[in-house]
Amino acid sequence: MTTSAESSAGSGLVLPRYRRDPEGTHPPMDSPGYKSTRLRHPKQPLVLLPQKLTEVTGPLLGPGRLGELDNDLTRQHPEEPQGQRILVHGRLLDGDGRPVPNSLIEVWQANAGGRYKHVWDNWPCPVDPNFDGVGRTVTDSEGRYEFVTIKPGAYPWKNHDNAWRPAHIHFSVFGTAFPQRLVTQMYFPDDPLFFQDPIFNSIPDEKARQRLISRFDLSRTVPEWALAFEFDIVLRGREATPFEDEEEDE
Amino acid sequence: MSEAVVAGPLGSTPSQTVGPYLSIGLPWADGPYVVDADDEGAVWIRGVVTDGAGAPVPDGLVETWQADRNGRFDHPDDPRGPQPGFRGFGRCPTDDDGAYAIRTVVPGAVPGEAPHIDVSVFARGMLHRLVTRIYFPDRAEANATDPVLASVPADRRRTLIAEPTEDGYRFDVRLQGEGETVFFDV
Ligand SMILES: [Fe+3]
Repeated sequence: MTTSAESSAGSGLVLPRYRRDPEGTHPPMDSPGYKSTRLRHPKQPLVLLPQKLTEVTGPLLGPGRLGELDNDLTRQHPEEPQGQRILVHGRLLDGDGRPVPNSLIEVWQANAGGRYKHVWDNWPCPVDPNFDGVGRTVTDSEGRYEFVTIKPGAYPWKNHDNAWRPAHIHFSVFGTAFPQRLVTQMYFPDDPLFFQDPIFNSIPDEKARQRLISRFDLSRTVPEWALAFEFDIVLRGREATPFEDEEEDE
Repeated sequence: MSEAVVAGPLGSTPSQTVGPYLSIGLPWADGPYVVDADDEGAVWIRGVVTDGAGAPVPDGLVETWQADRNGRFDHPDDPRGPQPGFRGFGRCPTDDDGAYAIRTVVPGAVPGEAPHIDVSVFARGMLHRLVTRIYFPDRAEANATDPVLASVPADRRRTLIAEPTEDGYRFDVRLQGEGETVFFDV
């Protein structure tokens, strides 16, 4: 018995549609310079998924996921962590420049010496007892966010001879729909390690790659207290006109 | 404040890998519970993420997004009106054996589609998430007319259909090689 709700015809619902990013915006899954991709990329081509109701919706996670000190990584312990205090701020936007308000942003990072508070990270740099390296915040009504942390250090990894990751902060954002889900990394201006980093350089398009580098923001520095960096995050935009969800020609 | 909306399309921020230490930042205590543990009719969806050598992927994260029992979403872009109160979102890191588990309810059918759950997989060695869908073995008739399943090569469709278990379903994710899971470009 096939109910009408489960029939193969289009749903007849009018849905928004999210634009696909130009070729080269995102890294390929198979990126030989980054060795761990070798066994972790699909060999079969991706199947095009027409955006349907499940794909034009998504979790709307906001203030309910926040603790009081989640947006200040320097105040989560009785003492302050070691390192250069920084303010990181920016806007969460869609591809048409529309702010994404009230939206959860999650960050995690290494300490000032480049060590993560994770049992598997054992390179010989001390853990900082006053730094967990984990934060969350929510964008305001104009899509703005900010958090206080310390500048993470570079760290070695075993990908290639004398491999070092440029300093970075991991970001996780949701936007308002499933196609906008994004996990990325924010880098710092003029890092001397970019040239040898296969993760940063996995992004084919040079202009897209530069979007991951934050901007030193003198106007937001706080005298005698903190430097500031600005990092805007842009998620996929949606078509101006919604579409009726009809049977696709496959 | 300046005008917040700027003219012209902006280039998207590129994806980067979650890296090996995502588990310090992303897991939530209630992450695996899309519904309360004692919710009537709830099931466990369990599975293992494996790589191209068949080895478990212990440093990954599985996220799920789905409709409620009636095929509705708590979201303003559901044209039938948002259905408040159903989180619909689950997230679980993989353990040392590459295993994850999500406590949820089988979603209702969404208009024009068989019941399904959207899945994102993240891990070190993956520069972008992979997206797949979970379908249910006891909905064979609806599955047979599902337009998304129909767009998948017939011999690979089974990778999208969970297996029944004692307390719910099993859905393994094979990133590469023999029995490679179908992944979607969304
Ligand atoms: Fe990292």
